[in-house]
Amino acid sequence: MTAVISHDVEAGHEARGESFIRHYVFSLDHKMIGKQYYLTTLFMGLVGGALAMLMRRHLGWPEQGVLDPGQYLQAATMHGTVMIFFFLTVILTGAFGNFLIPLMIGARDMAYPLLNMLSYWTLVPGVLTILASFFVPGGPAGNGWTSYSPLAAVGPLGTGGALGQTLWAVAILFVMISSLFGGLNFLTTIINMRARGLSMGRLPLVIWGIFITAILALLSFPVLMAALGMLILDRTAGTSFFVPANVLAGGQLLAGKNGDALLWQHLFWFFGHPEVYILILTPMGIVSEVISVFSRKPIFGYKAMVLSLAAIGFLSFLVWGHHMFVSGMHPLLGAAFVGSTIVIAIPSAIKTFNWCTTLWQARIHFTTAMLFAIGFVSLFVTGGLSGIFLAAAPVDIYLHDTYFVIAHFHFVMASAALFSIFAGTYYWFPKMFGRMMNETLGKIHFVFTFLGIYATFFPMHFLGTMGNSRRLYSENFYPFLAKAPPIDVFISVSAFVLGAAQLLFIYNFFWSALRGPKAEANPWHANTLEWQAPSPPPHGNWGPAEPVVYRWPYDYSVPGAAEDYIPQTIPAAVPAHAGGGGEA
Amino acid sequence: MPTELVRDRPPRVRRTDGAPPRSGGAPGGGGGGDAHPAPAAGGAATIAVGGIIVAVAMLFIAFTTAYVARRQEAGWMPLVIPPVLWLNTAVLLASSGTLEWTRWRLGRGDAASLRQGLGWTAALGGVFVIGQYAAWRDLAAQGIYITSNPHSSFFFLLTGAHGLHLLGGLGALAVVLVRAYGNRYTPERATGLNVFALYWHFMDALWLYLFGLLFWA
Repeated sequence: MTAVISHDVEAGHEARGESFIRHYVFSLDHKMIGKQYYLTTLFMGLVGGALAMLMRRHLGWPEQGVLDPGQYLQAATMHGTVMIFFFLTVILTGAFGNFLIPLMIGARDMAYPLLNMLSYWTLVPGVLTILASFFVPGGPAGNGWTSYSPLAAVGPLGTGGALGQTLWAVAILFVMISSLFGGLNFLTTIINMRARGLSMGRLPLVIWGIFITAILALLSFPVLMAALGMLILDRTAGTSFFVPANVLAGGQLLAGKNGDALLWQHLFWFFGHPEVYILILTPMGIVSEVISVFSRKPIFGYKAMVLSLAAIGFLSFLVWGHHMFVSGMHPLLGAAFVGSTIVIAIPSAIKTFNWCTTLWQARIHFTTAMLFAIGFVSLFVTGGLSGIFLAAAPVDIYLHDTYFVIAHFHFVMASAALFSIFAGTYYWFPKMFGRMMNETLGKIHFVFTFLGIYATFFPMHFLGTMGNSRRLYSENFYPFLAKAPPIDVFISVSAFVLGAAQLLFIYNFFWSALRGPKAEANPWHANTLEWQAPSPPPHGNWGPAEPVVYRWPYDYSVPGAAEDYIPQTIPAAVPAHAGGGGEA
Repeated sequence: MPTELVRDRPPRVRRTDGAPPRSGGAPGGGGGGDAHPAPAAGGAATIAVGGIIVAVAMLFIAFTTAYVARRQEAGWMPLVIPPVLWLNTAVLLASSGTLEWTRWRLGRGDAASLRQGLGWTAALGGVFVIGQYAAWRDLAAQGIYITSNPHSSFFFLLTGAHGLHLLGGLGALAVVLVRAYGNRYTPERATGLNVFALYWHFMDALWLYLFGLLFWA
């Protein structure tokens, strides 16, 4: 009761008007923080996309020399870094996690709103640092997004500016700290602040995805932070944690170094593999929500979906060695990593089959969000199948560091996560901004993006099997790649179409946010709690009474019910279910 | 056709008629949360500090693997223990002791000892940080710096990382002290104090672990 009263006071205070700074800049409201994250990361996504366009401009016509070799490696490094650390990681947890968790669990805000604000304002210096690194002498880091030692650990050996590589490490340190603040908040909020009646077994799958993501982040990000700390010391203080003996730099043998270059790879990939699941578990949850709503059917196998999320999360800590098959590893250890990696196919397949069975015989509403969700499943399957090739060490030794790998992770992780972001945006946009996005533009955006991604990344499988290395500046010098240039031109043209299609999304996003038709509270006739709040929800989300939950989130097309959806807040006795015969 | 499909869903049907949800034992089941217990006071803070401790533990597990791997390589030259570390260890243990004494007194209704006990904890924590710095100066006086050899690199790295986390703990202690002076803690309501104690004892145990790892492992 006290909570309700104090909230009314707060709401009254808000009605009198918060200051601009309090409302838009140093906001404590999870929805505003979510939007801040969304816009910041959308901008970073555009930076990463522009770098990709630059790379494709060069790779399609390498003889024109748009980029010199160093600049090309810098563009590739920063494309990967920006997309993974500053776009995908942060938009999924920071934007969707922040916006959705309190709304979907029936809370008024996060457990620690101040920590939430700090989390965003720790990201900002990271963003500024990585952007600043483009303008320091020598330019940004150019040693790959993985920054392997000794290239990244020994200044004179690397590509790009010496300062750029250090700033790279510092910027990522900021992202890690920011994500840990956020993750702590997510865990606490989900465990402690669920609405009455919302047991863990009734949690929407997207919240399950974010929950397990937060656990993975808590366990894996500190490991990268340790590695980054040592890398920064190697670069600035002159230690030799990762600098091996007998390195020749600038014509001189580095004296007194006995570090372990492989150690960086172990630490990086112990973080790196959970990281790719951090990028895909939340998308899996988003897609589960969207597919269930627009199939007008309960998600198939809810419990199996939760368990497979948890299984994928657990297995992600046991497979980092599959990134290192060619780095030097005992063959028996390699075999163990092959085994653990292939086992991940089982929970992944469970999820895929459950999405397909949810779609099976459903009255599908082909909204833009649904198209992107179905597109996600397609991309995930395509990328997942090439993952089985790469999981086998003998095949990986041939395909390692080729375009086959690029194709694999751009399908299974990058594009799939991007599709879930689009699905989630088209789906939750009415709740975020109180206005509807334009569906026609959205569908055009979908068609060009879907075809563009297949046209861009599928041919890379062929480049990879030819032996085209992923960091190759130009294939013109290698006779065995004589057939590659036309493929690369095709890929580049497809990539430009793909890139241009994203401008449609940007236009649709901003136009709809300002001018789109007003959204009602529950435009998709969905069950989860966020649709019971007004669009957009006020500060505090709910009116005087917090919602009470009586059922799971997937009561769609219940036989005998008046509507084909029953929100979670409807008491059990009111609508009937099969055989019950009551009236809604 | 669709009707046939949707009818075949026993778990959902069970949920809608208000029976406990499938996740057996989870709180808040039943039809509409009447059975949902109010979250325990301090539950959120304990989860959050528990999360911080897990994250810090992962950080030092990563450092430990690096340390163990690095020690196998050539050029490893063990350091001699700077004697002040013994004193520092005793001081940090004492700070945990004063903290527990404070909580014990508070539990017996003696809120007046709070300021005194927390003050001692803060002072001893501060002495520990100064003592660690003295250990650094001691090594520097012998000409041993972070780059001198692998063991010294790890010594400065691990003590530095631990020191930073301990300084964070001192910052939290400042907040706890201000609240103690505002008479915010009672025997029943001392969440902030309790979760701070959790973190501080963890810092203490972490130092014992690092001391052992650096010189005896």
